[in-house]
Amino acid sequence: MDMQTKPPRTAAEQAIQDSFAEMIGQLPGDAAVMVARDKLLSAIDDAGLPTRRIESWHYTDLRSLLRGVPSKPSGRAGRVDPLVWGSVVLPVVQGRSTDLTAPEGMRLTPFSKVLQSGEAARLLTERGSDDLIGQLNGAFVGDGYSFTVAADASMDKIIEIQSVQSGGQVHSRFQAAFEAGAKATVIERYLGDAAETGLSTSISTLELADGAEVTWIILQGRGGNDQHLAQLSARLGENSTLKVYVINAGGKLTRQELHVDVAGEGSHFDLRCVNLLAGDSHTDVTLTLGHSVPNTTSREIVRNVVLGRARGVFQGQIKVAQLAQKTDAQMSCNTLLLSDDGEFSAKPELEIFADDVICGHGATVIDIDHSHLFYLMARGITEKSARGLLVNGFVDELIDEIDNEVLVEALETLVEQWLADHG
Amino acid sequence: MLEIKNLHARIAEDGTEIIRGLNLTVKAGEVAAIMGPNGSGKSTLSYILAGRKDYEVTEGDILYNGESILELDPSERAAKGIFLAFQYPVEIPGVATMQFLKVAMNEQRKARGEEELKTPDFIKRVKEAAASLQINPDMLKRPLNVGFSGGEKKRAEILQMKLLAPKLCVLDETDSGLDIDALKIVSDGVNALRAPDRAIIVITHYQRLLEHIVPDSVHVLYQGQVIKSGGKDLALDLEANGYAQIIEAAA
Repeated sequence: MDMQTKPPRTAAEQAIQDSFAEMIGQLPGDAAVMVARDKLLSAIDDAGLPTRRIESWHYTDLRSLLRGVPSKPSGRAGRVDPLVWGSVVLPVVQGRSTDLTAPEGMRLTPFSKVLQSGEAARLLTERGSDDLIGQLNGAFVGDGYSFTVAADASMDKIIEIQSVQSGGQVHSRFQAAFEAGAKATVIERYLGDAAETGLSTSISTLELADGAEVTWIILQGRGGNDQHLAQLSARLGENSTLKVYVINAGGKLTRQELHVDVAGEGSHFDLRCVNLLAGDSHTDVTLTLGHSVPNTTSREIVRNVVLGRARGVFQGQIKVAQLAQKTDAQMSCNTLLLSDDGEFSAKPELEIFADDVICGHGATVIDIDHSHLFYLMARGITEKSARGLLVNGFVDELIDEIDNEVLVEALETLVEQWLADHG
Repeated sequence: MLEIKNLHARIAEDGTEIIRGLNLTVKAGEVAAIMGPNGSGKSTLSYILAGRKDYEVTEGDILYNGESILELDPSERAAKGIFLAFQYPVEIPGVATMQFLKVAMNEQRKARGEEELKTPDFIKRVKEAAASLQINPDMLKRPLNVGFSGGEKKRAEILQMKLLAPKLCVLDETDSGLDIDALKIVSDGVNALRAPDRAIIVITHYQRLLEHIVPDSVHVLYQGQVIKSGGKDLALDLEANGYAQIIEAAA
């Protein structure tokens, strides 16, 4: 007999259960999907929201951090111009996708249709008992997109998934398959409404077949009261390349998980993550990266700018399997701490079971370099602008690596604007 | 144009006194060379003129066009026309060279109440100045000074000087790390800036640079003081006989 008593539900935990009761009638899916949703919801109820006692959530105690769980989308939201003119936009407005005609080289279905098709139940699973994002998203997911880029297709236009939310709850899923030799650049862009309080979860699943080359950019610009819990899972086939850029520049509470399996020989994974943190926000980027076969490489660079009372977290775990000889993996996390009240926690973790590998990690916390500041000021640049240039430079160094000048410019403008607004 | 009066200065961090009662006057239109052995305070003097915070002035004053500049920060001094060509220009990754040049030129203009440069006008100016210094335009596409060779960095300093058109130029060991060809290009660049309303202070170890940039006056710095001043022949004398004699005579 189990004598343990569960702590009482927090307001947020109660609201999750209430929301489900309220929304269940409108959530798409067949009976199998409903069963899967129920199962995931009870998993949340049994374990409660994760606290600092759960290792993977140690720095983001969701039980105390998750405040409002609003019911339905409340405010008004509409599509905006894409970040780069001419992009193919896949809109998700207040959680609803549009049934669009796919551009050439691509097959595209709204995820609500996938849920109704009876194939989706197998997708609504958890990665483990601590996978709150998988549980919450699986229980509530309403829409999103499923798309496939055909073999050897080279998408010359950027694909922009544009999630616009104004308050309420939105749970989306993006299933992306890149067939052998496919090339594409995808932006996953989140916009919010500063006047509203929203909750969103999002799961993106990327499958890269042999030789695929994908640049995937996550641009999180939710409103200052929003809570955003997101997860990207990716599996890399032979000789494929995945470059993921994450830019966090918004939200009150953000958790971005990245689970990457470098599973094909000769494949390469890159992560460049920029966290722009201000106010009293809490932002967590958690990476688990597995090198499971020989001859693979990865580079992870995280750069953080911390202002105000913001708190940031980076957990980076690299696992190199015994089989994965000749792995070359390097991870670094650099923080520009510009406020005495700001905070950043970095937790690198290497688990290496192979003996012939190059693996390294480093974490630094720095202030503005005074010799750099003096040099710029000696040219007549005021201290304020000089600092701005240096902070921009710290971040732009990562963005400059993107192989698309128009996109680089758009992202740098975004960073500049953020710093002008918050600096 | 520049009057340094009984200047005493020390390293802010540990209080070590480097400049010990230095007097120097440089007139508009003059090219003044400052020479001296290692550790005499030459580079420190250049940093103090530019306003680096690592040094504290404890006594004396620096007058620029009759006004004390001690209370001005480096950017205010630069906007008033003081320019330091660094001995070791710093590399700043992430900051694009062109962006830096544009911000610097426009902030100075703004501080002087002038209108900002329009982009085409700015680009034209940079292109012309770069060509005159034989600077490869590709260099300007890189982040500021990043991956530049020693010679390229020095040329980039002179490029900035040309574009910002300062009134008081301080060149801190601009000749170090330059081969003969680069030395010629840099010197020609500096000579082209000689003007009746502009003063240039050339800090150097060697007579070599002064063959290309012929000074009007030469000052010997030793232990934080000017111990001897003279005409351009003084540099030749130093080259032939070394500093020992002058130091002894001053003692």
